[in-house]
Amino acid sequence: MATADRKIAKVDSAEKAQAYWKTNIRLILGLLAVWALVSYVAAIGLAIPLDGVRIGNVPFSFWMAHQGAIVVFVILIFTYAKVMDRVDNKFDVHE
Amino acid sequence: MGAVELWTFILVILTFGIYLYIGYTSRVRDTKGFYVAGQGVPAMANGAATAADWMSAASFISMAGLISFMGFDGAIYLLGWTGGYVLLALLLAPYLRKFGKYTVPDFVGDRYYSKTARAVAAIAAVFVSLTYVAGQMRGVGVVFGRFLGLDVNWGVVIGMVIVAFFAVLGGMKGITWTQVAQYFVLILAFIIPAVAISTQLTGNPIPQLGLVFSNITNNLDDIQRELGFQEYTQPFTNLDQLNVFAITIALMIGTAGLPHVIVRFYTVPNVRAARYSAGWALLFIALLYTTAPALAVFARYNLINSLNGAQVASVTGTEEEPIYNLTYPDGREDAGQPIEWATSWQEAGLLSFTPDAVGDEVTISMASATGGFAEATIDRDIIVLATPEIAQLSPFVIALVAAGGLAAALSTASGLLLVISSAFSHDIYYRLINPNADEAQRLLVGRIVIFFGVVAAGYFGINPPGFVAEVVAFAFGLAAASFFPIILLGIFDKRANNYGAIAGMLTGLIFTMVMILLMRSVQLFGTEAPIIESFFGITAQGIGTVGAILNFLVTFIVSRATAAPPQEIQDLVESVRVPRGVSAAPAHGD
Repeated sequence: MATADRKIAKVDSAEKAQAYWKTNIRLILGLLAVWALVSYVAAIGLAIPLDGVRIGNVPFSFWMAHQGAIVVFVILIFTYAKVMDRVDNKFDVHE
Repeated sequence: MGAVELWTFILVILTFGIYLYIGYTSRVRDTKGFYVAGQGVPAMANGAATAADWMSAASFISMAGLISFMGFDGAIYLLGWTGGYVLLALLLAPYLRKFGKYTVPDFVGDRYYSKTARAVAAIAAVFVSLTYVAGQMRGVGVVFGRFLGLDVNWGVVIGMVIVAFFAVLGGMKGITWTQVAQYFVLILAFIIPAVAISTQLTGNPIPQLGLVFSNITNNLDDIQRELGFQEYTQPFTNLDQLNVFAITIALMIGTAGLPHVIVRFYTVPNVRAARYSAGWALLFIALLYTTAPALAVFARYNLINSLNGAQVASVTGTEEEPIYNLTYPDGREDAGQPIEWATSWQEAGLLSFTPDAVGDEVTISMASATGGFAEATIDRDIIVLATPEIAQLSPFVIALVAAGGLAAALSTASGLLLVISSAFSHDIYYRLINPNADEAQRLLVGRIVIFFGVVAAGYFGINPPGFVAEVVAFAFGLAAASFFPIILLGIFDKRANNYGAIAGMLTGLIFTMVMILLMRSVQLFGTEAPIIESFFGITAQGIGTVGAILNFLVTFIVSRATAAPPQEIQDLVESVRVPRGVSAAPAHGD
């Protein structure tokens, strides 16, 4: 009886760990998409096509490359930390 | 002693005194304290320490100057040196903290169940860190030389003594807490002049806002156009788009692969703290990194505006090294007044004019499109070092910049030294040679090795290899190509095994090293022309990206062509992915 319980518990916790990991990966991919967007796409890739667009008095890509992307990076990291706090609690894997 | 020298002397004594005090109160008694600061550093403090560790003398003194001369393309440094922290926070730091050992080779050796992998990682870590630290001690000597008139070598020795004190006594704990103090010194030293010059030139005390919402960038673009330069905000004037991509990627993943940055995440209490710590680190870094491009624009504008059309009032100095004493050009409020900083910076060797400039006027004309000046040669370090003078700030602020530069150099040097030393004393001596060593022995070996590490770094500071700039590019390329891929795969790919990791690391390392040697043969070996120009258009600075891709591919393929990792390793990977169960004291010898 006890062995069966332990086996079920093991499977449960293995499934839980898998679900937790999947959630983590999805979150990471989403945040990395934004990371790539603001740096490689907006600041570098679209630098020439977006030539006329301005933020304040400076060209958009220039601002992204020299300021905007960095600000977004900081937000991305704190977002990850905060969301993972919730996810950790939800899957009961927090410390 | 001039006012600047006196203030520099006072500030140096004060800040060094603080570092020594912190080093003394942080002294440690066990290996856990020596290698990972007892894992007791709160997230925010750890963030500040990481920021100081990260921002070296190069970031502090040279980066704004680099951006100033590259314009838009300076983005490779701004993006490259910040974006990697997102990668660290999301992909590496939390799991490495859960893993909870002492060094990067620890993770590589255990995850890939291989002494060879550990040894290769240790050697790579030493190589990457040693190349980096050579420049830092030199930077210390240079700051002492410029601000206190001390012989550069004496400056290096003084720096060595300070670092040796808090590193030997306190190990990672001493290093971390002095880095926190050093962060405050360096950020104050950087921001105060920037705020002053921003107020003067744009009316906005916040440099980041002044850059965007005043006319200064437009004015700079206009002036550059008038003088025949490309516009400052014009993209890809220095580097083509492919290389901007490749270099930015290489710097980002290189950042996430640098051992001295990675180990910073071993010192926090738990996984959650590791995530937040990365956020704090980038926030503290961003304070400087968003100020620097603003400073770059302000200072460049000011320089061009002051020097273009300046009148030569007199010529002093010697035949070979004339000093042109200038007065401000017409059309300015201070027209006809002597440009004092131009004289003193010529004397310091940061500014020089070609003989064509003699006569009545200095004109800034262009020989090349790289943003340099044809008639005036300006050392890019002038942007940060000279801005307080140009903005006519008090000698106290000028001296503060010196203290800030020293803080930046010492904090990075100490972080690097810990990695180099731990590679020898922990990974090679304890884990590979003498696993039966007890705490006291390990602590003693650690202290001895770090002491010799300081001496070696000082030696390189006094006899720097001629190719210091190349060497930092090396470090990033190698970190990107050797460490990042296998650590990432170690966490996210259970199938990655020992053969794969070793093959991948060596592939990345050797490919990148060979490419850099071939592409930079002029600087490194004195050949007439580079042995190869580029790799499908990608230059030495960006080649780490290719090396990393190769490492990924090789590790992936070789892992699947050979035996899967044993069950306990797969269990290790599972456990690293879950925050719960973070051990406070990893039992060593296991």
